Amino acid sequence: MGIRIEHLSYIYNEGTTFSKTALSDINLTIADGEFIGVIGHTGSGKSTLVQHLNGLNIPTSGKIYVDGKDIHKEKESLRSLKSKVGLVFQYPEHQLFESDVLKDVMFGPRNQGLSDSEAMMRAREALRLVGLDESVEKKSPFDLSGGQKRRAAIAGILAMEPSVLVLDEPTAGLDPKGRDEILDLTAELHEKKGISVILVSHSMEDVANYVSRIIVMDEGKILYDDTPEKVFVHVKELEAVGLAAPEMVYVMKALREEGFDVDYSADTVDLARREILGALAGKNRKC
Amino acid sequence: MLKDITLGQYYPGDSIIHRLDPRVKLLGTLVFLITLFVFGSPGAYVLASIALGVVISVSTVPFRYMVKGLRAIFLLMVITALFNLFLTPGTILFSFWRFRITEEGLRMAIHMIFRLSYLILGSSIMTLTTTPNQLTDGLETGLGFLKKIHVPVHEVSMMMSIALRFIPILMDETSKIMRAQEARGANFSEGGIIRRAKALVPLLVPLFISAFRRANDLAMAMEARGYHGGEGRTRMKPLSYHRKDMVAFAVMALYVLCQIGMKILKL
Repeated sequence: MGIRIEHLSYIYNEGTTFSKTALSDINLTIADGEFIGVIGHTGSGKSTLVQHLNGLNIPTSGKIYVDGKDIHKEKESLRSLKSKVGLVFQYPEHQLFESDVLKDVMFGPRNQGLSDSEAMMRAREALRLVGLDESVEKKSPFDLSGGQKRRAAIAGILAMEPSVLVLDEPTAGLDPKGRDEILDLTAELHEKKGISVILVSHSMEDVANYVSRIIVMDEGKILYDDTPEKVFVHVKELEAVGLAAPEMVYVMKALREEGFDVDYSADTVDLARREILGALAGKNRKC
Repeated sequence: MLKDITLGQYYPGDSIIHRLDPRVKLLGTLVFLITLFVFGSPGAYVLASIALGVVISVSTVPFRYMVKGLRAIFLLMVITALFNLFLTPGTILFSFWRFRITEEGLRMAIHMIFRLSYLILGSSIMTLTTTPNQLTDGLETGLGFLKKIHVPVHEVSMMMSIALRFIPILMDETSKIMRAQEARGANFSEGGIIRRAKALVPLLVPLFISAFRRANDLAMAMEARGYHGGEGRTRMKPLSYHRKDMVAFAVMALYVLCQIGMKILKL
């Protein structure tokens, strides 16, 4: 299921003194099964952009097509869109409300018009997918740990069986372990369920290891839209907009300046290790 | 809908009204509201309209923005007007079936609509041009004399300023929660009254929980900084009257005198 965005602009509080252009002339195509990172610093418009994908924000101008259909043409398509594009918000506290976790996860499927037993099946399945076992089902969502809450929130969306999963800052406020777990989980979902995943983040480090395409946003515009390796070449420009390339890119760059023959698109520790070992081996040979 | 509530919202600007001492604006609003109730003749309303018009145009707050605040009480105005229209006894203008419209009723209905909208406009011009902090500062100093009879003025104004401060935060939070639930297929705007009331549960539970959490955090932060009530507390920006405030007082007095004069002359 592809998403196509054409000349999308969005202005907050249009026509008042508080009006602010959040997005200007965005053009974007997202194909089936992609794993995308949307990166930008606070206020770059990344959250605003993804909230357009499931119709929460209505564009000031421009068109959004999902499955080739203009989502703002008919009301009905807008409703089914919520099931197609699942959006998990930054704070799980914003959506957890039921007396127990299972009921909370059932909220989405129930809204889709499923029966209680079907909704429960979907909810159980989603909970297992995010790695929450039966013992958690009857707990109050407010008694969970930060990482578990986030999993429960993701399960709440997954239970609706979307074909595109959008996660807005899924790692905010988590410790490094929790962060890695959530990111691993999204990668797993992408592989297992074959759904497209869009990760919104302000941290290159988080996203670089996982995604196959990075969209860099700055001041409501798309700055880069390419594979991570190609985006990280623009270290200077990224820094200028308040972002940074992953640590390894800097290491590789420094090594290169020292005369080592390494490729600085190596953005993960593993890749970097291979590159460095390779370069050292090459050097030894030369000697 | 949430965006329509302008009462209690600040509209940034740098007009003379914005820069007046909050105590002047509080007193001015109070005086204006009292005159609305004391003087009810058409002439008094013409004068009130002129006063309101001048203040609004000086304040640089767009009129359109002010009228938005009226939308919130539109239903109340309609109901009040209808009740007055049909239930006031007097000379009958015309009647159909069981309903009678009297001359007095018509007059009363129009009177009520004007009074209600002027009440809202008059008080929103104050809140639109005064930051919540200034407002509570003004209240605290303006009502300071009540401390002598053991009214906890400081505590009340502190509560007020916290409450006002939290309105935009909670509104923001509300819209975020609504979005998060809408992403899960919740529908807040369709269905009958019972369905709509039920639909509020997924909104209210997270909202209450976050309000409690915020209150807790705030209490902790205040205690950590040694807050212990108003005793011996000093201000960063002490309020003081300037010349423009005196001019404002004079204008106010002139307005009241005009109203009284009109009443005596039976205009």
